[in-house]
Amino acid sequence: MGELRAYAALLGAQARSVLSYRASFLVEVAGNMGATVFDVLTVLVLFRATPRVGGFTLEQALLMVGISSAGFALADMLVGNVDRLKVYVRAGTLDAVLVRPLPALPQLLLMDLPLRKALRVVFGFTVLGGAIAINDIDWTPARVALVALAPGAAAAFFGSIFVISAALAFWWVESGEMGAAFTYGGRDFTSYPITVYGEWFRGLFAYALGFAFVAYQPALALLGRTDPLGLPGWAGYLSPLVALLAATVATGVWRAGIRQYRSTGS
Amino acid sequence: MDRIDARVLTISRLRPFRSSATTFGVLIGSGFRRYSTYRQATIAGSFTNIVFGFLRCYVLLAVVAGTGTQRAAGYDAEQLATYVWVGQGLLAVIGLWGWTELAERIRTGDIAADLLRPVAPVPAYLAADLGRALHAMLTRFGPPLLAGAVFFPLHVPSRWQTVPLFLLSVVLAVVICFGCRYVVNATAYWLHDARGPIMLWTLGAGVLGGLYFPLRLLPEWMTVTLWLGTPMPSLLQAPLDVIAERDPPGLQAGLVGVQACWAVLALSLAALVQRRAERKLVVQGG
Repeated sequence: MGELRAYAALLGAQARSVLSYRASFLVEVAGNMGATVFDVLTVLVLFRATPRVGGFTLEQALLMVGISSAGFALADMLVGNVDRLKVYVRAGTLDAVLVRPLPALPQLLLMDLPLRKALRVVFGFTVLGGAIAINDIDWTPARVALVALAPGAAAAFFGSIFVISAALAFWWVESGEMGAAFTYGGRDFTSYPITVYGEWFRGLFAYALGFAFVAYQPALALLGRTDPLGLPGWAGYLSPLVALLAATVATGVWRAGIRQYRSTGS
Repeated sequence: MDRIDARVLTISRLRPFRSSATTFGVLIGSGFRRYSTYRQATIAGSFTNIVFGFLRCYVLLAVVAGTGTQRAAGYDAEQLATYVWVGQGLLAVIGLWGWTELAERIRTGDIAADLLRPVAPVPAYLAADLGRALHAMLTRFGPPLLAGAVFFPLHVPSRWQTVPLFLLSVVLAVVICFGCRYVVNATAYWLHDARGPIMLWTLGAGVLGGLYFPLRLLPEWMTVTLWLGTPMPSLLQAPLDVIAERDPPGLQAGLVGVQACWAVLALSLAALVQRRAERKLVVQGG
């Protein structure tokens, strides 16, 4: 109970500090949403040139974009700022976090809860809702469950990727933008049918890292399409399991990182 | 004592120019050296550029394959691959994102030290930025291009003027981008906190600069309006269209001409904003 109160205090302080610069806050809210709007616009522009990309129509691709951006926006709002970890490690702020009697990860997340990213989550889910409406989906109880779970699973998966790539800073402080290749890169990867990618690149991102199960396979399962790449129809329903696996790996990596963290002494 | 030695008063007409050119050169050198100390960040950044190169290249090639005509928006597959990979190489050279130094200095009051120097802030920051760009050209441009050339067939320029035009275009793009970033950062003189304008810039420059997709995919009236009405397409789209030889030679040179106009405009605007700011500046902090 005391712990919860401490988190609430951290959250409240954060909200008050953000809202004291109201104009900046509003611009950042709009800007953040704009980023996701442009991601979706990019897909629309590409489909202007051709009716099919990788064998999929615009409507079908939008379903993948919807799951991916709803999940990514949610993950980015809840855990995205963990990528500031390298700043905290370098500046020594992490030491202050570690000596408090609360777990480090939730504290770090609440130190900078980006309320500015809230509207973007709404937009992500709007795209997903629109995509569900324009596709002719044959609803079964399993598909209803899948559509309810998929964005959450995608968020958990992206969240895990955020934590893992941020934890890289425990071993390599100067990792710079490298994490972005997997977080933002993963979002771009999952926004398109994975049939467009070359074989080894797809093998690495889609299957070895698991990004295929974020949006592509669930979208196929919802549409009732067979996978041109040969995975069975139930593969889409694995997405919550894959997310759970990713979260387990992320927890392990984070713990290992915290254990081997040595303060920079500054 | 009534005979004054007139020679003392003869000042070489070239001397002020020569000394400011020397200062400018020294500042470029120090900008270069500053960035050459971030070696690990250079490696990490190149890795990220290469991953995004693969992502964008595969998607655009799938678009070309989908049209069934082997061309999309006037590019063939090899030209699009060149567009993507040279674009990833240029990203760090142009320095599209992440420059908040001036805004930070204004917010903290450190800008006062810059104003006391005998070199005006705009040329001083421009020189440092040219040094940064030169360093990025030597370290960050090559790796993505090499990765692209290994995994995809790229378009090899067939006209003699393409490579010199491309280099000129890159220099102009660096200058335009610097001018824009300076103006965006300088809003901190009035707002104290330039996060909002910087965010809008980050957002607009990526999409309207041609990083996410070639702007030629948009309807033609929109592309032309953007190109003539905003400096954004001159940042990335122009050098990339030059190296990909997307257009006939006349238009190819014309793109660089448009860039030259924007370079002059952007620098003048930066200088103007700086002058206006100096008139009302109250230095923050103590």
